[in-house]
Amino acid sequence: MSEGYAVILVPSTSHAIRAEKVLLAAGIACKMIPVPRHISSDCGVCVRVGRADADAARRTLEAARLEIEDICDV
Amino acid sequence: MIYFDNAATSWPKPPEVAEAMPHFLREVGANPGRSAHRLAVESGRIVYAAREAICELVNAPDPLRVAFTANVTAALNMAMRGLLRPGHHVITSSMEHNSVMRPLRALEREGVGLTVVRCSPEGALNPADVEAAIRPNTRMIVLNHASNVSGTILPVREVGRIARARGLLLLVDAAQTAGAYPIDVQADGIDLLAFTGHKSLLGPMGTGGLIVGERVDVSQMEPLIRGGTGSRSEREEQPDFLPDMLESGTPNAVGLAGLEAGIRWVMLRGVDAIRAHERTLAQRLMDGLQEIDGVTVYGPLDSARQTATVSFNIAGMEPSEVGLRLDEEHGILCRVGLHCAPAAHKTLGTFPVGTVRFGMGVFNTVDEVDAALAAVAELAREARR
Repeated sequence: MSEGYAVILVPSTSHAIRAEKVLLAAGIACKMIPVPRHISSDCGVCVRVGRADADAARRTLEAARLEIEDICDV
Repeated sequence: MIYFDNAATSWPKPPEVAEAMPHFLREVGANPGRSAHRLAVESGRIVYAAREAICELVNAPDPLRVAFTANVTAALNMAMRGLLRPGHHVITSSMEHNSVMRPLRALEREGVGLTVVRCSPEGALNPADVEAAIRPNTRMIVLNHASNVSGTILPVREVGRIARARGLLLLVDAAQTAGAYPIDVQADGIDLLAFTGHKSLLGPMGTGGLIVGERVDVSQMEPLIRGGTGSRSEREEQPDFLPDMLESGTPNAVGLAGLEAGIRWVMLRGVDAIRAHERTLAQRLMDGLQEIDGVTVYGPLDSARQTATVSFNIAGMEPSEVGLRLDEEHGILCRVGLHCAPAAHKTLGTFPVGTVRFGMGVFNTVDEVDAALAAVAELAREARR
């Protein structure tokens, strides 16, 4: 099992809040954090999940038709 | 004091609204969507909760397709000016408020074709007349859900069916109905719903928005205002996704905190229950007014076909004098004159004098209606002398 975190990049804070709600409803632990500087200079937030949950998170958000820009390990 | 000016702005507001706003100012305060610290995130959550609340109320599927604005006028301008281009044709009704008519007249000068479909003297619209006005280049139908002058409800769902069948967008001005009359954007076939927060949604002034349906191709939509959104900060071009593309600049988060509380209050009470109460008030008022000698009531005179907004005149007394005396002698606050809707007044036959308008709301009572009827009867007696 992989350790550490992955961050899900979405277009806006509104998207991040929506993603967090969708993930929590699906039982996937997550937290909104500032976008790490080495990934993007954007001033917004992203959603951090456990690395082991990254694939499940992607599937869950895609099923909810929420736009994902990228998922990066951190 | 009797407050009968709810068609302009609802008052009083539920206590929850009056609590949500100072809570935001005292405990949250930060800019939503601009930073990532805990208060900014909390502020973002409050704004997002307002998106969810309005979507729940009108059965809109995606909270990210709500663009908040300062009021319904800004939302209507955003939709019409954002989507209509020279060479396009647009259809509207003769019962529109100037929030629709003025932007459309300006677009007409710029080369957008405009057909204003005539309504009956009660303000009713025949959907077949809308269908007959469709041309090959028609792009949009703009409809006032209910008149701010006579309360007349327009047949949005029937026109929505026509719009779907003919591949047109339907923009609805829900200023007078959101919170007071059931709206289901999916069942009604509404592609663009413009709403305001400060009327029947019981929120504060400075809040409103546009719900952009799935049939609207946002890549063809031109934002009226561009600027900072807190997203895509590395780029100098406006984001191309909702809601950010239509929400530049810091939003009225404190107002949206109040709006969310207002919408939640409306949903807890239930739009059907609110509607039933307002129908009772409207019918009682109209029945009573019609019994007073010298009083003319405009509109359908049937609470099933209108909101709780009722316009009337007293023969021999100017609306302005009626309004002044109702305020000074009877403590009744209402609006008189032309209600920013010259086309509607021409349709109803009340141009250029205007009307006395009683705009009732969820907090008004039968006793207040009876007191107002007694006051109008007294003024009408004087006017007959």
